[in-house]
Amino acid sequence: MAEVSAGGVELAPVRLVDPDGSPTAEDRYSRDLPPETLSWLYEMMVVTRELDTEFINLQRQGELALFASCRGQEAAQIGATASLRKTDWLFPQYREIGAFLLRGITPAQMGAVWRGKWHGGLGFTEKCCAPISIQIGTHGLHAVGAAMAAQRLGEDSVTLAFLGDGATSEGDAHEALNFAAVFKAPCVFFVQNNQWAISTPVSYQMAAPSIAHRAIGYGMPGIRVDGNDVLACYAVTAEAAARARDGGGPTLIEAITYRMGPHTTSDDPTRYRSQGEVDHWSALDPIARYRNYLQAAGVWTERLEERVAAKSKRLRTELRESVVGADDFDVAEMFDTVYHDITPDLAHQREQLLAELAKECLGERSDRRAGV
Amino acid sequence: MTQIIERPPMHGDDAEEPYGPMLTTVPRAARPISVPTSPNLTMAQAINRALHDAMAADERVLVFGEDVAKLGGVFRVTEGLAETFGEQRCFDTPLAESGIVGIAIGLAIRGLVSVPEIQFDGFAAPAFDQMVSHLAKYRMRTRGDVDMPVTIRIPSFGGIGAVEHHSESTESYWLHTAGLKVVVPSTPSDAYWLLRQSIVSRDPVIYLEPKRRYWTREAVDTTAPALPIGRAAVRRIGADVTVVTYGSLVATALSAAELADQRGWSLEVIDLRSLNPLDFDTVADSVRKTGRAVVMHEGPRTLGFGAELAARVQEELFYDLEAPVLRATGFDTPYPPARLEKLWLPGPDRLLDCVERAMEQP
Repeated sequence: MAEVSAGGVELAPVRLVDPDGSPTAEDRYSRDLPPETLSWLYEMMVVTRELDTEFINLQRQGELALFASCRGQEAAQIGATASLRKTDWLFPQYREIGAFLLRGITPAQMGAVWRGKWHGGLGFTEKCCAPISIQIGTHGLHAVGAAMAAQRLGEDSVTLAFLGDGATSEGDAHEALNFAAVFKAPCVFFVQNNQWAISTPVSYQMAAPSIAHRAIGYGMPGIRVDGNDVLACYAVTAEAAARARDGGGPTLIEAITYRMGPHTTSDDPTRYRSQGEVDHWSALDPIARYRNYLQAAGVWTERLEERVAAKSKRLRTELRESVVGADDFDVAEMFDTVYHDITPDLAHQREQLLAELAKECLGERSDRRAGV
Repeated sequence: MTQIIERPPMHGDDAEEPYGPMLTTVPRAARPISVPTSPNLTMAQAINRALHDAMAADERVLVFGEDVAKLGGVFRVTEGLAETFGEQRCFDTPLAESGIVGIAIGLAIRGLVSVPEIQFDGFAAPAFDQMVSHLAKYRMRTRGDVDMPVTIRIPSFGGIGAVEHHSESTESYWLHTAGLKVVVPSTPSDAYWLLRQSIVSRDPVIYLEPKRRYWTREAVDTTAPALPIGRAAVRRIGADVTVVTYGSLVATALSAAELADQRGWSLEVIDLRSLNPLDFDTVADSVRKTGRAVVMHEGPRTLGFGAELAARVQEELFYDLEAPVLRATGFDTPYPPARLEKLWLPGPDRLLDCVERAMEQP
């Protein structure tokens, strides 16, 4: 009689580096990446945090309408993305600054969203990254569809969907996990469980033992990982991606991390969580932990730190200059990008707006025109 | 992994770093293939033929949905596709409409062409978010970089004695959503060609099938395209009143026109075929001639397509009108149980009441 396996999921997350920077006893996964890769992961994490900080500054100075900080989640985003190939498609939510940077998406291209210049960001798809999704959890299905396309194109590429703990409550997240499992789609679901969906804690999202445990019901592997341990995130994502490339189907990864900042710059987290909790997670900071690890391993050097600081400074300047200085788009693009070939009615409406802008006017349009 | 589809050119193929798999979708024209004129196809068969021919013409075309493969669809519209093209190209999905549309979007991002089926009109509701928030907006969200060649087939409208949620008119939802095209065939020939044209569209098309007319027959010429998407057809020439309608109700309007003749009223019947893009020029030409217009559709009156058309006609043709633009529509109630639907649906009498009112204006 065939043995029926329920596919157990361990509650204890995979961890390769302890919060103090020392290696753990975990021996199922390797920490042995080349020194240049180890340095690169550090560089990407620090630069992500620096750029994130600059985004917040710009929002506070009134240059951006809104910003969703990824502070505290750098290890999860960088670890997961770094383990993939550049041709593996990413399907982000909106907080994945680290993943975008790693893919070579420029600060200006990300900043377009928060400046209110273009929905979704600019040029993301050229880097095999879907535009950001403000709708929560709906893009998991796009990742599954793209993975099913890879199957039909005979590729060994995989797709990775970044979801959050809140997103896992959405019906579309369920449909995505179920479709992926049924079709054995080469798709990795990387859930950043940052503990909070705006003000709602994970305990209000589900009664299951963990997000990863849901994988049992879908018939796919589920794994919990310390989301503040970049090497662990790298290792478990690499394992899941390799299985997917091999025809082994999807994996649900739950990276346990913490959103150090507010949900967005419009949020006030002091209304729903304690300073004690924030302090607890500050002590688990992913960057400090990894620097200690690299120092002990002899990989961290003053030169590395200088290089990282220089790159951070350059990107912060690039963001500031590109966001504050750049022109807005031609208003016609608002109409021209709706359909491949504009419809007659939409062409008339485009003419109407252009005529409005050309016309002498008494009211608000005189101001509005100045901004175009 | 077995490759079943030839890999089209990829974004960045000639770049130093192969950033790869962003396909540049260049749909081929809906060219006629070898099948000659098919005598007496039902509309259901014409749709089936269009799917066969589209899949044969372009290996990127996929058909999927609930019960479409093994069963061939609850109306047998997808019969034979899985056998002919294999289960990688025609496949059954879990029972989840949002999932069906959601994966179509992911497939489109990678350059494949999806023709998903939503089994019945009322079941489009669970897919609403994917259709309105993503499918319709993806081109704009990517600043025109990503095509969405997705044709969602939805067996639609009432008149077949069905249970709840099987007789809905959903077109107003899609018409209120920028980025979607909406077409509704009324004949087997239009069903064939509008579907072929939808499948090669680089934008998403909602293809609403008037299931009440699935079994009407007609000789279908699959070698010569009928009108393109975006063009209306004048189905009957008349002098007194322009009747604007689409889908199932074209046949209703034509039979009402025969009755109207007995009263000495000459009706011109326009079949819109394509609700977005809208061929308002054909409507305008007719109304300029007749001076009277009645719009007819099944869906509820408030904010139905009749409201839009009536507004457009009075905005652009006010001084050509002899009478108010009137609407013969369903009522602002939920679609009723089957035993009441004949009273609810606009038929020849409700249309002729409007015609009478238009003709009797002082």
